[in-house]
Order: sequence, then structure tokens, then C-alpha cells
Amino acid sequence: MFTTEDVKKIAKLSRLHLSDEEIEPYREQLGSILAYVDQLQEVDTTNVPELQHAVAVENIFRSDEPVCDEDERRRAIDLFTSKKGDLLEVQAVFEEKGI
Amino acid sequence: MLTIKQLSQDLRTHKTTSEEMVRACLKKIEDENETLNAFIWVSPSAIDEAKEIDRRRAAGEELGVLAGIPIALKDNILVKGWEITAGSQMLEGHKAAYSATVADRLRNAGAILIGRTNMDEFAMGSSTETSHYGPTKNPHDKTKVPGGSSGGSAVAVAAGFVACALGSDTGGSVRQPASLCGVVGLKPTYGRVSRYGLIPMASSLDQIGPFTNTVEDAALVMEVIEGKDAHDATSTELRSTTVPELIEPDMKGLRIGLPKEYFVEGMDEDVRLSVMNAVKVLESAGAVIKHVSLPHTKYALAAYYIVAPSEITSNLGRFDGLRFGYHSQGKNLADTYEQTRGEGFGREVKRRIMLGSYTLSAGYYDAYYKKALQMRTLIKQDLDEVLKEVDVILTPTSPSVAWDLGAKFDDPLTMYLSDIYTITANLAAIPAISIPCETAHGLPVGFQLMGKAFDEHVLYRVGMFYEKVASRE
Repeated sequence: MFTTEDVKKIAKLSRLHLSDEEIEPYREQLGSILAYVDQLQEVDTTNVPELQHAVAVENIFRSDEPVCDEDERRRAIDLFTSKKGDLLEVQAVFEEKGI
Repeated sequence: MLTIKQLSQDLRTHKTTSEEMVRACLKKIEDENETLNAFIWVSPSAIDEAKEIDRRRAAGEELGVLAGIPIALKDNILVKGWEITAGSQMLEGHKAAYSATVADRLRNAGAILIGRTNMDEFAMGSSTETSHYGPTKNPHDKTKVPGGSSGGSAVAVAAGFVACALGSDTGGSVRQPASLCGVVGLKPTYGRVSRYGLIPMASSLDQIGPFTNTVEDAALVMEVIEGKDAHDATSTELRSTTVPELIEPDMKGLRIGLPKEYFVEGMDEDVRLSVMNAVKVLESAGAVIKHVSLPHTKYALAAYYIVAPSEITSNLGRFDGLRFGYHSQGKNLADTYEQTRGEGFGREVKRRIMLGSYTLSAGYYDAYYKKALQMRTLIKQDLDEVLKEVDVILTPTSPSVAWDLGAKFDDPLTMYLSDIYTITANLAAIPAISIPCETAHGLPVGFQLMGKAFDEHVLYRVGMFYEKVASRE
């Protein structure tokens, strides 16, 4: 049974603010989707390897040189919501705790 | 019906110019797009680009088959300087900093990128109803959905705006709308087309593919966009081109597998009849029909709805409200993240992000994600085995024709079930194509062909033959 608390917990893990009205429909819908996907448990998959990669790729190397195109760099910086010079400006990651 | 082959010939023989072609395309969009909502935006530089191609042609330059032909792109394929949003409020106003490899390759081939098409938000949906820009309508009946998530691209071709549009297919998002709109849609083998510059949904499943009116056109577009790209480590070196040189006189020797799990009770009977009539056409041309079984088919949708949301959760972590896109300032950084994502993402996207957070979270990983990856192996093994006995697998593309707008919108599980025939090809990383066959209930139906990894050639051969016979009848 998928509970209201479960929805709140995974919304928190997902960094999603949900309004109170959103919680109940998500509880029902996620509950029914999870009940559906649970049918996988019927199948014995002991010793079945996991398909981790859609194509067999091994390590792919390139020389460690900057490949950034200046025009693209400029455009990427222009997308920042807040900046100082070319640097991305964000709110404090660690908050002061009344020292 | 617009075909690249015909348009290209008209340009080569100077029957028309690219400028005229682009102007006609823009005029039609202006007249008809308001009701269909296939395009979100058209490029103001398209006419100038067309003039440039005309100038080069007039100067005697040797130009490729796509030169001067308008092509539309789904709104999740980046073109430098274009506003690209993935159909989401999260990216409203977002100007792409660089271009997708497919966009560069099309432009280098002289194609005119005409505009961006509507889609389900972040390609999550089967009806193009979750778009921030409102739903797209099916041109065959405007009260019906076009399918999704690449519904705008499907409609752009089906309504005759363009001869080709690109979409992306993670669980059927090219093939299913192609089927519901009556056009050809190809999901190439994973790794055939570079994903660089495609806004990712589920990276191990995503592939870019074309919508066209004919199979041959799809092959012509693929020749331009496919192949190894240094920007995408999963893109693959291809040995040779795969456009069939001629349409074969018959299908003698071809082995077609019909998996019993795809012709089950519960599917629309008229859709089944339509698909079986396509089978008869191929059989009477000499193809050998074999009844085969893919026993893990019934678990494919469940595996998909674990694998895809898990990758979605991870991929959409980048939307932090700081580096690009929607921003909602909170009282601290954590609140800013939560508010930005809570307000910027729509309902279905939030649903899938939460589903993925759950299936990846501590204590559930083995029961869900690991189990789903093991199921992926079993599904791939089923297909690999059957594809040793047959050259292609033929199935319906969708269990039904286009449904009423809004009918499944509030019932996600029912909506997910509409992709039941298409997701296996993504899970197994094999190529699949949807080709229009006879209509049912007055609406288009498509059949799907699946082949071995990197054997798009057999899909083209069978598809081109079927189209030739079907157009004669």
C-alpha cells in the first residue's frame, strides 16, 4: 500500500515541491503503477545478467584537451539565472548555524 | 503526398526552387497550424537559407538529395540560437547554446530547418497532450489525438506541411504517432544515430528517427543523419549505406515472424484485420509466414516503467533552476530547487521523476531496477532467438486507432498501455519501423517491422515492397 507519507518522502528525494492537492492523486496513480510493475516478481531471474548497456561500449578515450567552442561557452553562460562575471552565482550551499 | 524523392527531383530539374517550396510550406503552416498545433515555432531565417541553396544550385554546385527541402524538428533537438523547450515550461525562453549532431548533418546536407514541432513534455506521453503548448490534433479527425510523444512531427508530415520531420523514440514515440497519423516512422537501432544535442529522457533507450511519407524517404534521411559521432560515445561506426537500390519484384525467401503475444484478445479487431491483410500481401508475394513466440513480451511494459523513470530521474536532475531554464527563488538553495522543479515541471514529468526516485531508492533497487535490467536481458534473448529463424518480425504498431482527445489523460496506466507493442524494440535496442496499412474505423493503422540490430536494410526492403504493392491496389 502506497501511503501519503511515501509520496511526501519521494517528492523530497526528487527535490519536488508538491501542493497538498497534488498528493492524493499521485498516491493513487503511483500506487497503481507500482502494483502493475510488481508482476516482474513472478519471474525467476536468478543468474540472469542485467542488460546494463544498450550497445557494447568499452572505455572510450580522448586526449585531455579543452574542446569548448568560445561561442558555445558564451551562450551557455548567458543562460545562467544569476552570475558574477563568467561565474554562476548561487545561494549559500552551507547555511550559517548561529556561530 | 510530399516525398523527398519527388521534391528533390523537382529542384534538380528546376521545376521549382527551394524558396518557392519553403514559402509554400510556411503558407500552409500559417493557414492550418492554428487548428492542428503541430508547429510551436517556425524559423524566420528559412527563406534566406532556401535562397542560398538556390544560389548554390544555380551556380552549378553538386548538392545532395535533401538540399533545399524543408525539414521540421521535434522541440527536443537543439539548434544553436533557437528557443528549444522540450514542450516544457521548465525551458521556456531557453536558447540552445549548441546544435544537435543531427541538426548539423541536415544543414550540411542543405536541408532547410523549418521549425520546431509540438511534443509531450520532455517526451513523456503517448498523445502529445502533456505539452506546455497545448495538445496537437490528428489531421484525420481533429477530435482525436495524434499519438505521441512526437505528435507534432507526425502531424507535420501527415498534414502535408513537410515531407520529413524528425522525432525521438524512447518507447514508441516515433512509431506510435506515425501509426495513428498514417505516415512512416522509424526507430533506428540504438547507436545508429547520434543523441548529441537531443534533450535526454532515458539515455539507454532514446533514439532520433524520421517521419516521412514513404519508406524510401526514411532511408534517404537516415543516410544523412546516421553514423559515428565523436560527441556520442554510444554512436556506432557503420559499414555501409543501407538504402536499397531497387524495389524487389517479389518477397520470395523472406521469412516473417508473427509473434502470438502481439495478436492477443483485447486488441481492436479491425486493427488486427488490417495488419493481417498486410501480412497476406507479403505472403502472396512469396514471403514465408512463421508463427513465433516472444514469451517475455507481457513483462516488457513493466520493465520499461522501471528502467525509463529511473533514467528520467537521473537525467532531469540537471534542472536546478540555476544553470538554465525556469527559476523560482526560495528562502534557501534547497527551497529554490524544490520550488523551481515543483512549478516548472508538469504532472506527468513529476509522476515519472517520483517513480524513478522510488525504484532507485535504498531497499528497492534490487526489487525494481535490477529486476527490470534482468528482464531486459530476457526480452532481448527472446528477440535474438526468433530473429535467427526469421528475417523480420511483423506486429501491429498500436493496439488501437487514434482515440478521443482527453480520453486517457487522467489515467496514466491506460495511457502507458498504448505503447505495449513498441517498447520491446527500445528495450532490446533493435530497429523498428511503422508503415501505414489499411484504415480501420476510418482512421489510419500502421504495422510494425522489427529486425536484427543494425539491419535497417531488411525493414527498408520489405517496407518499400509493401508500399509498391499497396499503392497499386
